[in-house]
Amino acid sequence: MSKADDGHTLEAVAANGLLHRRAFLRGASVGGAAALSFMVAQNAAAQVSATPPWMVVPGRGMEPYGNRSAFESHVVRSVSAEPGTVGTGASRTPHEHLEGVITPSALHFERHHSGIPNIDPDQHKLLIHGLVERPLFFDLATLSRYPLVSRIQFLECSGNGRANIGSAPEQATAGGLHGLLSCSEWTGVPLSILLDEAGVAPQARWVAAEGGDSAAMVRSVPLDKILDDAIVAIGQNGERLRPGNGYPMRLFLPGWEGNASVKWLRRLKVTLEPVMARDETSKYTDLQPDGRARMFTFPMGVKSLITSPSGEQRMFGPGLYQISGIAWSGAGRIRRVDVSADGGRTWGEAELTEPVLSKSMTRFRIPWRWDGGAVILQSRAVDETGAAQPTRDALLSERGLKFNYHYNAIQSWAVTAAGEVGNVYA
Amino acid sequence: MFTLRTVLRAALIGALTGSPLAVAQDGPGLGIPASAEEVAAWDLTIAPDGIGLPPGSGDARRGAEVYALQCIACHGAEGSGQPSARLVGGHGSLAGDAPVKTIGSYWPYATTVFDYIRRAMPLTQPQSLSNDDVYAVTAYLLHLNGIIDDDDVMNAETLPRIEMPNRNGFIVAYPTLRD
Repeated sequence: MSKADDGHTLEAVAANGLLHRRAFLRGASVGGAAALSFMVAQNAAAQVSATPPWMVVPGRGMEPYGNRSAFESHVVRSVSAEPGTVGTGASRTPHEHLEGVITPSALHFERHHSGIPNIDPDQHKLLIHGLVERPLFFDLATLSRYPLVSRIQFLECSGNGRANIGSAPEQATAGGLHGLLSCSEWTGVPLSILLDEAGVAPQARWVAAEGGDSAAMVRSVPLDKILDDAIVAIGQNGERLRPGNGYPMRLFLPGWEGNASVKWLRRLKVTLEPVMARDETSKYTDLQPDGRARMFTFPMGVKSLITSPSGEQRMFGPGLYQISGIAWSGAGRIRRVDVSADGGRTWGEAELTEPVLSKSMTRFRIPWRWDGGAVILQSRAVDETGAAQPTRDALLSERGLKFNYHYNAIQSWAVTAAGEVGNVYA
Repeated sequence: MFTLRTVLRAALIGALTGSPLAVAQDGPGLGIPASAEEVAAWDLTIAPDGIGLPPGSGDARRGAEVYALQCIACHGAEGSGQPSARLVGGHGSLAGDAPVKTIGSYWPYATTVFDYIRRAMPLTQPQSLSNDDVYAVTAYLLHLNGIIDDDDVMNAETLPRIEMPNRNGFIVAYPTLRD
């Protein structure tokens, strides 16, 4: 047990200073608790005027489409393109700078197989054909007249976090390591309605989805997923999709590996069998130790990530902090997240911030008194099915070192006595 | 007729909206009928059984010429890779510590090679090759991997019959949906 300055009791729940998750919420004055996620470089010598310049002249005019403060321009995605290409590659969401669960659309991760097409919506149609009674075209204007649904859900590339399969921990930020994950409010038309209109043949089992980019990327999706909760998304966070996320329309498959949510959707072919496209055979298949590979490994496993403190951040010094992070599962809601400050020996339950939604990101937080010593922070999520996030050792023992996709192990951050935070295997 | 699907859809919409009104909603029926000609023009899909393969043909000798013009800058001499993916070799490497995934060592279906080249290659000018040239480059890559001879002709009949070395190297993880 420890005492805050004003005398309110702060209950320790695990070793190395983890406090009861509701210590802040109970109204105990624990002033000085720091979150690193919104940290900005501060000039300690700067004098703050009682009459700053922006109080003595009128502010600037309004803008039709808003921009963030110029002082926030350091919050950006890390972008990497493959050699010899401009737009084949990925950009990663900087989770170390974000709070809450909605990823700003401009910071949503992207993974492209041949760049971002500049699609004129008047020149774009979706064709549904194959094992249907009536092949049909739909365009953006048409789809906008269908019953729409909106859901806050995550999208994660199945390659997210794969760097941690490597033999030595790569030093990078939370977003650099796990930023092929984002969460948006997606608005669209349930595909069950469109397929019903086309009239699916009874023997149909799969749907091949094709993108309208210059890779014309294809994934085969089981029909039962399409009829369960798939949508043709036309909106993201209240506005139309961003070009990098499939404008004017994309497939969205809640909880499943991002690659299968085909962007710039132009064609859905209802079939008996998978078409065995390049991106479901030579890519996005999980190689086992014995040399065989698992294919159609669609659902994303339960996972969590402490975003503050996290890799490449610096602590302010000993004192009270709020550990903050995100948890998600392709199987449904997050039931619980535990946090450890001693490398996984003792755990304290974190507070889940409402809303806790199915196949969405959930924010967790827990207060922590850092005494200035070296510690290892971890988080471990459990979803509503009871599935628990594995340790790195357990995951690699089960799956080997070559699987490359669906890495969902516990992330360990080492905090040194000097206040530096880095990626470690623990 | 489609009872199961109808039930699924009703359950889906009810679950999404929590509204009994929505359960009764059908779509507004605004889809625009597509003609057989339109569907044929749009449909790029080639299945492992060869359905969708177009007329045309080519062999590895011709394919080597196309490769030298269209592919070598990114994929290297004889599919050796750099800066882009290696396409040849790696046979027997998948069970070891340093697996090399190529068309020859990893891809389970030859039809996928044709399908991918036709839709996505060359990177800077996809869908620009003739069907004959796509068959020829496909044949060349299969030949470099030791799967066919340099005078074996690939076409809509022969390509689906190619047995790729890693054809049985995959385990379908998703539950089978067949009745």
